Amino acid sequence: MSGESLVRRFPEIEEPLLIERSAEGRNTHLCPAPFAGFPPDNLPLNETLPVLPDLSETECVRHFTRLSRLNYGVDQGMYPLGSCTMKYNPKIAEEIARTFAPIHPADPRAMPAVLACLWQLKTCLQSLCGLPEGTLWPAAGAHGELTGMLIIRKALDARSEPRSTVLIPDTAHGTNPASCTIAGFETRNIPSGPDGTLEAATVAEHLDADTAALMITNPNTLGIFERDIARIADLLHENGSYLYMDGANMNALVGVARPGDMGVDCLHLNLHKTFGTPHGGGGPGSGPVLVTSQLASYLPVPLLVEDEPGSCVLKWDAPQGIGMVHTCLGNTTVLLKALVNILSLGPIGLRQGATMACLNANYLKRCLEKDFDLPYAAETLHEFVLSDRRLTTHDLTTMDVAKALMDYGFHPPTVYFPLVVPGALMIEPTETESREELDRFVDAMRGIAAAAESAPESLHAAPQSTPVERVDEVRAARNLVLTWRMHESPGKSRVSK
Amino acid sequence: MPPLRPTDSDLNTLLTTIGIESPDEVFASIPAALRLEGEADLPGPLDEERLRMSFQAMPSRICFAGGGVYRHHIPAVVDALSSRQEFYTAYTPYQPEVSQGTLQTIFEFQSMLADLCGMELANASMYDGATALAEAARMALRNRRIRRILVTRATHPSYRAVLSTYLRHARGIEIQEIPFDPATGQLDLERLAPLAGEDTAFFVQHPNYFGVLEPMEDLAPLAAQCGFWGMVVCEAVSLGLLKPPGAYGPQVVLGEAQSFGNPPGAGGPLLGFFCTRKEFVRHMPGRLVGQTCDRQGRRAFCLTLATREQHIRRDKATSNICTNQGLCALRAAIHLSALGPRGLRQVAVQCASGASYLKGLLCEKGIAPVFDAPVFHEFVVRLSDPQRQALLREGIVPGIPLPPHYPEISDGQLITVTEMNTPKECTCLANLL
Repeated sequence: MSGESLVRRFPEIEEPLLIERSAEGRNTHLCPAPFAGFPPDNLPLNETLPVLPDLSETECVRHFTRLSRLNYGVDQGMYPLGSCTMKYNPKIAEEIARTFAPIHPADPRAMPAVLACLWQLKTCLQSLCGLPEGTLWPAAGAHGELTGMLIIRKALDARSEPRSTVLIPDTAHGTNPASCTIAGFETRNIPSGPDGTLEAATVAEHLDADTAALMITNPNTLGIFERDIARIADLLHENGSYLYMDGANMNALVGVARPGDMGVDCLHLNLHKTFGTPHGGGGPGSGPVLVTSQLASYLPVPLLVEDEPGSCVLKWDAPQGIGMVHTCLGNTTVLLKALVNILSLGPIGLRQGATMACLNANYLKRCLEKDFDLPYAAETLHEFVLSDRRLTTHDLTTMDVAKALMDYGFHPPTVYFPLVVPGALMIEPTETESREELDRFVDAMRGIAAAAESAPESLHAAPQSTPVERVDEVRAARNLVLTWRMHESPGKSRVSK
Repeated sequence: MPPLRPTDSDLNTLLTTIGIESPDEVFASIPAALRLEGEADLPGPLDEERLRMSFQAMPSRICFAGGGVYRHHIPAVVDALSSRQEFYTAYTPYQPEVSQGTLQTIFEFQSMLADLCGMELANASMYDGATALAEAARMALRNRRIRRILVTRATHPSYRAVLSTYLRHARGIEIQEIPFDPATGQLDLERLAPLAGEDTAFFVQHPNYFGVLEPMEDLAPLAAQCGFWGMVVCEAVSLGLLKPPGAYGPQVVLGEAQSFGNPPGAGGPLLGFFCTRKEFVRHMPGRLVGQTCDRQGRRAFCLTLATREQHIRRDKATSNICTNQGLCALRAAIHLSALGPRGLRQVAVQCASGASYLKGLLCEKGIAPVFDAPVFHEFVVRLSDPQRQALLREGIVPGIPLPPHYPEISDGQLITVTEMNTPKECTCLANLL
């Protein structure tokens, strides 16, 4: 089965919408009814029942089971989304996190044990990042960025220096500038050098009295370690500015190098990337923020503190802090899963993970550089980026490669990002793929490269083995149907073109 | 232990292909001075049995706590279906051809939330209710005339705190609180009236943080005089019983839907939701799933209106939100289809009726509610610290103390009853007072 994933074909299922399966009176689920079944008579009641589909349990289970089979997950096969770090999610973490599910955060008997776990996680993250303080509450990476930039803003305000510019390299994630805007900064895009890294000289050119910070991703989104980072940090610090690191790519560095040692003042981690918590088809993520001791007074409340060994409490008194960023304690059970994964690996396992992530990526790069254009020759760590330069001569694009990979049973890599590479294909295999799986992916990519030469039109037609063929995204945006009320023709399972 | 270890021969193949001699050489591009010497200072590795022993969850026997995070019946199908790896271990559905399962489910989530709220549309989720409120206020500020954000003091304290964190750097915008009437617990309409104008965005939580229902019929015409107004729903189960918030005419309805199929989880993950009207769709934050078709004309779904979002618009995006609470939204969709219309109504009725039952028992003990307006399933009483401690010693969580956030309600205690409590538990609580 060379060149194909072991599981290739999706089932052919056209699952109707819940509303189309609904028929009045079908649902027989028995809900708990410990109290007398009538509400007080002084409430402004809705006279009709809430509007919801009415299905039997069997129908409900079949509906979602069938839908699940139209999806692709890491447990099915390789998911080489660059910078998204889709690795295997250990099952023990799910099992343990689930035991914490019934706990209410205001339960004073249960919460000390939870806080002790969270404290242990915070300590582990601080140790891995070489930064002495932090907060666990941001609910995702972008939320962490916002928290970090608000902390920097507050620190500048405390110095009575209302600086307003944040420098952002052209390889940055789009969330970086978006987070800066909410924190009240203006962003200035700065170019990376010909080798794909940000040069200290470029940073020096753009620094001025209004520079609040630089946001850098390291390794950057080309997978290249920013070798000037320590000099860049010095330049920023001499200028009174801060260095923010987007930790999206920390999977390359865990146990190998610490951002604190590079001069980073503030960074966020994505626990669903680096520490193997499941991504859930779009969250819940988790974006803890780590900071230097100089920035610690600006952390959001509540502060998680150890008042005596083994006993942790939440403190609300932080007069200089940025305030609250979340209703409660962030994505708490996701934090617990990350701790389980860290403890199950230990320091050696974590380092081995980073090593294998980088070896696997470099292996793929060597295997694919002959068949695809590799725009940057610099050494890379956990991911690398190909361009569609050689494909365009056959009137093919990166999108065609992505869709064709689906027919080989793989999830496509990240496409059209970073923006500095035309038609980028950003590939990150992670440490949890075997050599055989990597080889199958290489064979698939080579198969696509060969087809591009011999039968390019076959790639335009891909994917053919998926539940639907190429989806018309333009139509979705032009003719908005966001709910089944906005549906043009309810009850019809096929939409006319 | 690492889930994968290469065989010697595999490792050899990797190293030879890459052209290095030892695994550590793969880090050669990291300057030596920045590399960590030795191991990180961490515990582990632990085997699965040690891990199970290290994590012991010990919830209290009886719990009457709510305040924005609620304990509700979750049908067994929710865990069974949401644990399917195809949902659980997938990424954000950027590639629609291999993500129809996630996409259709989120479309169904959007549809059900919009229907329950009586609004035209909903997004794919927000982190939580507090950030949903903050993003709604940011959306309101896209109307340049708005200079003031009004929020009721009886809105969840964390929501107000997050709102002020998010808006601290919005220039020239002031946030003001509308106080509550100390007798009813409802907002003071007379304080709202002079402020309700085109330059104001107004947000009201209903039922409010004290469980009290706001006087929506009287309030709505006043709110409509504001340049923008929104309703905050912290307890989504209330949507199963009360008049849909959309019926009062707000521009947004947002809040917390953790109660739909997601356990309290010691604080999270929660599930923010965000509903609005078509005219605001291009200004709203968060992911949206839309219906379209594939090349063969078959119905298909995909993420849409990405032109609002950070990866396209960068610093001009409507929000920075990227990863949201996808799996929690999926659980909510499964939960709602498992409960159905009568199930959700029954759960809501049980909540209201349970609260009324416990309120009655406490009244018999001479513990009257602090506010006299109608409530959904939470109410405020005064409990002294010794009373509270006595209950805790018996393994009963008697709700949430209010004074840290409402010093004006001395000894205030927010007590919540859901269908997970029983009359016997209520008696237990009352008898210890």
